[in-house]
Amino acid sequence: MALAQADVLAGLKEIVEEVAGIPAATVEMDKNFTDDLDVDSLSMVEVVVAAEERFGVKIPDDSVTDLVTVGDAVNFIVNASK
Amino acid sequence: MSIKVAPVGNSRILSVGSYRPKRLVPNSEIVDRIDSTDEWIQQRTGIESRRFAGDDETVISMAKAACEIALKRAKLTIADIDTVILSTISYPFQAPSAATELINELGNPKAAAFDISAACAGFCYGVGMGSDLVRSGTSKNVLVIGVEKLSDYTDPDDRATAFIFADGAGAVVIGQSDEPRIAQTIWGSDADSRDAITLTPSFLDYKKNPTKGVADLGWPNISQQGQTVFRWAVYQMSKAGIKALEAAGITVDELGAFIPHQANIRIIETMAKEMKIPDSVLIADDIRTNGNTSAASIPLAMDRILEEHPELHGKLALLIGYGAGLVYAAQVVELPPRP
Repeated sequence: MALAQADVLAGLKEIVEEVAGIPAATVEMDKNFTDDLDVDSLSMVEVVVAAEERFGVKIPDDSVTDLVTVGDAVNFIVNASK
Repeated sequence: MSIKVAPVGNSRILSVGSYRPKRLVPNSEIVDRIDSTDEWIQQRTGIESRRFAGDDETVISMAKAACEIALKRAKLTIADIDTVILSTISYPFQAPSAATELINELGNPKAAAFDISAACAGFCYGVGMGSDLVRSGTSKNVLVIGVEKLSDYTDPDDRATAFIFADGAGAVVIGQSDEPRIAQTIWGSDADSRDAITLTPSFLDYKKNPTKGVADLGWPNISQQGQTVFRWAVYQMSKAGIKALEAAGITVDELGAFIPHQANIRIIETMAKEMKIPDSVLIADDIRTNGNTSAASIPLAMDRILEEHPELHGKLALLIGYGAGLVYAAQVVELPPRP
């Protein structure tokens, strides 16, 4: 069953705070991981692996570079859960 | 009819030695060509500086220097060594092997000698093989060397690699032991990710295109997919490390030190977190001032941590080598006794 967008965003906020020390409140759909949240490429891998475990989806290496904004990641995870 | 074999014995690391090239290269010397900063490099990799070998510091001269220190500390001479296993990806000849040039230089041209190509995992591959050769009775004293001159194969204009790779050599002597002091090696490959770290083009490309040269075809410099390597290293290698601890029959809190391949401080720290390595275990961070020296990084880091923390002599350490292939090997060893 597909995950709800709001649930994925809430979970992702916690993950980004845990991995990169970014306050969850600042992690919004339109935020760019690199430019707005200062999540660098290696921290992004940690975020992706934590998201895979939490949401039970696969996020291949090739797709990670496409996840530019928080919204990209949320939508990818929602679609992957269908 | 049965054949005669030696009873299975035990092995240990008798000593370690290393060689660091003379020239220290701070990030400030690297950054202009890649439009980067010291802060950026340190934040992504932990590297503050590295050492680049000069023209007079070759793969063989650096390996020789490391071996001479290791032999002296083991109170052995090269005549006592019957086997030499050398890991490198930067010896500039296909054949004969670097190991045979090395034994000639060291003064025992009769020892068994060969190279292994397992990139950054090569030292742990060598320790595993050296240990088993001693245990089986095939060899009595084995020199295992990791040596690299990666500055010859690094593009100073590559923003992804120019600040990572470096030069150096490390060696251990493996000999017989009364008790088991090198545990079973956990090793393997993830060769479906061969493209993650490469040195291309092939030398044959120059032969096939005789009118073209390095300017057209490029030089076989190292390139790597950083995120893929990071993910594999952290999450797969921590599993290999745990298997190596299980194979040795110890728990992580029984370690004195964790000495993984010095690829990137972020990999090392995240791997340690995944493996739940407690604060009581010292974690090698030689990468900060020595960069990533591939096959040489673990013995260089081992020598450094023993120098800084002499109380670690005789304590247990977890070694994990991982790199291009992708290939890996891990084992628990007792660090060599105080020389």
